Amino acid sequence: MSRNRRLKLQVFRVIVFLVLGAFFLVPIGAMFEFSTRGNGENAPRTLAAWQTIFQTPDLVAAILASLALAVITSAGMLLLLVPTMIWVRLRLPGLSRVVEFLCLLPLTIPAIVLVAGLAPEYRWMNINLSDSILTLAFVYLILVLPYTYRTLQTGLAAIDVKTLSEAARSLGAGWGTVMGRIIVPNMWSALLNAALLSVAVVLGEFTIANLLNYENLQVAIALLGRANAGVSIAVAVASLLFAFILLVILSFFGRPRSRVARQADELAGFGRQLGGGLR
Amino acid sequence: MTTAVAAAGLGTATRAGVEVRLENLRRRYGAVTALDGLNLTMAPGELVALLGPSGCGKTTALRLVAGLEQADGGRVVVGGEDVTGQPTNKRDVGMVFQAYSLFPHMTAWQNVAFGLQMRKVDASQRRRRAGEMLELVGLSGFADRFAHQLSGGQQQRVALARALAIQPKVLLLDEPLSALDAKVRARLRDEIRRVQLEVGITTLFVTHDQEEALAIADRVGVMNSGRIEQLGPPTAIYSRPATPFVAEFVGLTNRLPGVVRSGSVEVRGASIPLVQPDAAEGPAVALVRPEAVTIASDGEAATGPLVGTVIATAFLGATSRVTVDLGDVSVLAQLPTSEASAYPAGTRVRLALRPDPVLIARDEAKAERA
Repeated sequence: MSRNRRLKLQVFRVIVFLVLGAFFLVPIGAMFEFSTRGNGENAPRTLAAWQTIFQTPDLVAAILASLALAVITSAGMLLLLVPTMIWVRLRLPGLSRVVEFLCLLPLTIPAIVLVAGLAPEYRWMNINLSDSILTLAFVYLILVLPYTYRTLQTGLAAIDVKTLSEAARSLGAGWGTVMGRIIVPNMWSALLNAALLSVAVVLGEFTIANLLNYENLQVAIALLGRANAGVSIAVAVASLLFAFILLVILSFFGRPRSRVARQADELAGFGRQLGGGLR
Repeated sequence: MTTAVAAAGLGTATRAGVEVRLENLRRRYGAVTALDGLNLTMAPGELVALLGPSGCGKTTALRLVAGLEQADGGRVVVGGEDVTGQPTNKRDVGMVFQAYSLFPHMTAWQNVAFGLQMRKVDASQRRRRAGEMLELVGLSGFADRFAHQLSGGQQQRVALARALAIQPKVLLLDEPLSALDAKVRARLRDEIRRVQLEVGITTLFVTHDQEEALAIADRVGVMNSGRIEQLGPPTAIYSRPATPFVAEFVGLTNRLPGVVRSGSVEVRGASIPLVQPDAAEGPAVALVRPEAVTIASDGEAATGPLVGTVIATAFLGATSRVTVDLGDVSVLAQLPTSEASAYPAGTRVRLALRPDPVLIARDEAKAERA
């Protein structure tokens, strides 16, 4: 690639980065600006709305409930989907289409229809088991399936699951060890991405919780928005920031050692190329 | 390296080879019969290569020994113990796969130590044994490398060390060299044989590469349609093939139409003795090795059924393969290169067929006559 062409490509990349950055950051900035406005036209900026978040017990409870739901849903999704997908891939490949269909099905069903179907179940659950908001994890587990299935499928496709598991089995590993110590560590980034998608879906979910009369984060924000728009916007910004920070943490600290070594190799190779180019 | 390994105590740590018996093994996939009553007995410490075309059942046989698939019938007996119903992880087999199978998130050392960890070997012994195994395959300096930092050949050597580290009763090699380039393949083939002899483990080697099988094995089993057509030492397989399939699959063969008469086959005026002298008389195709064909230059005026024109010469190193067109059929002759150089393309030559016993094929003879 010529130097001129490389330069053009770099400029193009920077422009795309800036445009997309502005696309995402401008609305968030506007929300932050709105949440720090004082009362009255010339009132000074204030963090009162942000401070109010922690003084509104219902909101704090809703935040904690949503976080708990995010954790339960992510864990449940991984526990349900990962062994199923590995097992289907290894032992029942004929069922892969059926599993894919079932996992993608929730994407085609509107939330309102889902609620209409689930309402009697939840009524029964409220009477006989529990009316805790955490029972929403069941429906959220269904809701996140389409997103997480695709991510995990990509992760599984990137490794030779059959050969790796057969190699481990021939060395004396049981199925639990094969999954926990051989397959899962090699699809680590897919697991993190799937978990992150689950967290994002759960933190952003409004319709189902609202229709089933539970107060999760989004329902609380909506309710609060009617009484105090500043606080509701502050909570919305905070939840976006939370998701962003979570993404950063997962991508930087969740990398397996071999990938870190590979990236170090690539970096060293790039350094050598750069050194060669400079000489 | 041998001395170093012996000094490290590997010789005493390894288990003596055991007898392995495959008795009447059968396996079907739907309508397809992969194994049709396969029988094979491997002596302790022996290396047997199963050779055959794709779909002949050789990999299925190996996977049944490993327990990666279940037989529809028959038994696998390892060291006197019937292991047919045992799951893979209880079978005590070491396996090297065709595809690179190192665990990508582990270093070479961790890969080799994995099987020992599964067997709950304590950490210090694990470290020592994994080190010995890497030394055995000549990779002690690569212990901390991940799979992607090793070449294909190195990865397969680590896989071999990993398979041997657990001191298995049987070593199973499923086309371990097929993903490597020719030079590395030849080197690693010799390396595998050296290690196998050093460790003394009973080994089943599956390949579709005849050169590989003939070079490495104590005995070669040529497979066809789920059965072993011939089992014997490499020299016997090559020089005394038992069936037309073996003759044609192992090495090159000229197919020359002829007529069987009183224990020999007459091919273009030459009489060649038969491997089966009691073969029924009538038309047949004689299967003649290129090494059994010699050439004499007779000048342009020469005539006769074995006179033809050289159309190509393939240089193979010490020998060359000369293709001679006899008009209705082409014949290959393998000669020392110094001799073959006397017959450039276009030369009129007379062929002679050495009277080594040959096999005949019948069905094809009828087809060709028709």
